[in-house]
Amino acid sequence: MANNLLSSGKFLLPFLISWGIWIIFHASFIYWSDFDLSIAVVDSLIFNVTLASICFLQLFIMQFYLPKREKTIYIILTGGIIALIVTFTSSYILMLLFKGDADYISFITKSNPVRIGIAFLLSACTSMINILITTLETQKENVLRKHEAEKLSKEAELYDLRSQLQPHFLFNSLNSISSLAGSKPEEARNMIQQLSDFLRGTIRKDNAQLIVLREELNHLNLYFEIEKVRFGHRLKTEIVFDEECAEMKIPSLLLQPVLENAIKFGLYDTLDAVTITINAHKQNNDLIITVTNPFDNQTSQPTKGTGFGLNAVQRRLYLLFSRNDLLQTQSENNIFTTTIKIPQPK
Amino acid sequence: MIKVIIIDDEPLARGIVREYLEEHLDIEIVAECGDGFEGVKAISTHKPDLLFLDIQMPKITGFEMLELIEEKPSVIFTTAYDEYAIKAFDINAIDYLLKPFNKDRFEKAIEKWKATRHPIEDKQIEAAAAVIENDNQPQRVVIKLNNKIKIIPFNEILFLEAAEDYVFIHTAEGRYMKHKTMIFFENALDKTQFVRCHRSYIVDVQQINRLEIYEKDSHVAILKSGAKVPVSKSGYSRLKLVLGV
Repeated sequence: MANNLLSSGKFLLPFLISWGIWIIFHASFIYWSDFDLSIAVVDSLIFNVTLASICFLQLFIMQFYLPKREKTIYIILTGGIIALIVTFTSSYILMLLFKGDADYISFITKSNPVRIGIAFLLSACTSMINILITTLETQKENVLRKHEAEKLSKEAELYDLRSQLQPHFLFNSLNSISSLAGSKPEEARNMIQQLSDFLRGTIRKDNAQLIVLREELNHLNLYFEIEKVRFGHRLKTEIVFDEECAEMKIPSLLLQPVLENAIKFGLYDTLDAVTITINAHKQNNDLIITVTNPFDNQTSQPTKGTGFGLNAVQRRLYLLFSRNDLLQTQSENNIFTTTIKIPQPK
Repeated sequence: MIKVIIIDDEPLARGIVREYLEEHLDIEIVAECGDGFEGVKAISTHKPDLLFLDIQMPKITGFEMLELIEEKPSVIFTTAYDEYAIKAFDINAIDYLLKPFNKDRFEKAIEKWKATRHPIEDKQIEAAAAVIENDNQPQRVVIKLNNKIKIIPFNEILFLEAAEDYVFIHTAEGRYMKHKTMIFFENALDKTQFVRCHRSYIVDVQQINRLEIYEKDSHVAILKSGAKVPVSKSGYSRLKLVLGV
């Protein structure tokens, strides 16, 4: 238990004040028992300062050693030992100091059991309060740590779910650049530029971060441009959005896997030219994004298997917004439509 | 002259192979194809000596396309997917060029081909194709039918019938012949749906209307389409297991 009342510092003042009050109380009691004020004050000081010092020492020791179990026995045992030591030491000193006063000497002897009791109670109380507060602090810390761990794992999961760069996309693009470098060096440079901008956008973005739609669409457009170089005339794209949506928020890179799917099923499942559209509009303060791509329902079954690989997007939306109804898909007349609803931050 | 065909769905990827081949005056590019369908046609027309073949292409993969060709040429694969490399060598490809590749690497592949000139081997292509199908590809089988290519999704199969080196695939539309083994289909098909009910038959249990006793120890499955499929004694117990009766 590294964590202790002593280390927190907050405890020292209440500790001293309580002892101060108790010292005054003790002195008053002896004074009212018909002894001189000087005797009363010295008695109280010697007894209580010794007790307080030993209790303080006890707290200090507890900082390094506190049994995990058997706490009660530990408190009773140490409390008892402390009580005996403090009482007999302080009584001995007091008897030496006031050996001329026979009344007081006999009072000390008679009051020793009471003193033992009081010392025991006070030391045990100090220990118990210490344990209690330490336990509470530890618990509080645990809750905090657990919360922190949950947050971390959520972040990690979000990181996993975020579109990871497809290695074959990268290698195929590099191959196209290699081809252009021989025949059309200027276009090769242009494609390197686009690929770099795209990669920069992929690396930089924070998982939970919301960016404006305009920025996300710019990023996706880079992706489309690179794919168009690769697939030539076969790929056509259409991005349509209302001006009022441009500044609405969207989790960064959310649409990337949706487009990868659209391209995968659009381009790899048909032989003709393929048009992929992205449409964004506002509806009841939500941002609605629709992506469509053609597919061949003869050879691919979008409802089966990977479900067009959109599970990761669904899960990410759930982690961010705690809702499961934000992603919808439908396939009709060889057109596959993905609709995503993004609630806007208040 | 050495005849070469380049098959790749990306024009620029074909371009780089064409460019690297320019210096080889003994090699002639007789065709360039953007997908496997064109590939099959071009190969039967030109009878090339060597193919440069991409694997992931629209509709059918490079491996599936090879299945459809009778006289197989030598093959050098060009692809960005390194996970298929081992399979490509299994089917005795000359080489496997990982995109992007430079001229030196390309020349090595050409030299390798000139040294051996062996064609691709038939029997292991189906294993290679199966690897791709497992890789989240739609479950299907590709068949050449006269001059057309037919793609049959696994879930359209009613039952399969073994015949010597071939398997007849029965669907609602008719019967197709495929040069594959029963073992291949047994492994590739979903075992909770397709059951080997007889040494020579695999049946889709969802198509079964009823089972009737045929002779002592053997049954016959009557399908919803009316077709009859023999069920052997051990096949009957396998069927009962899957049907849970």
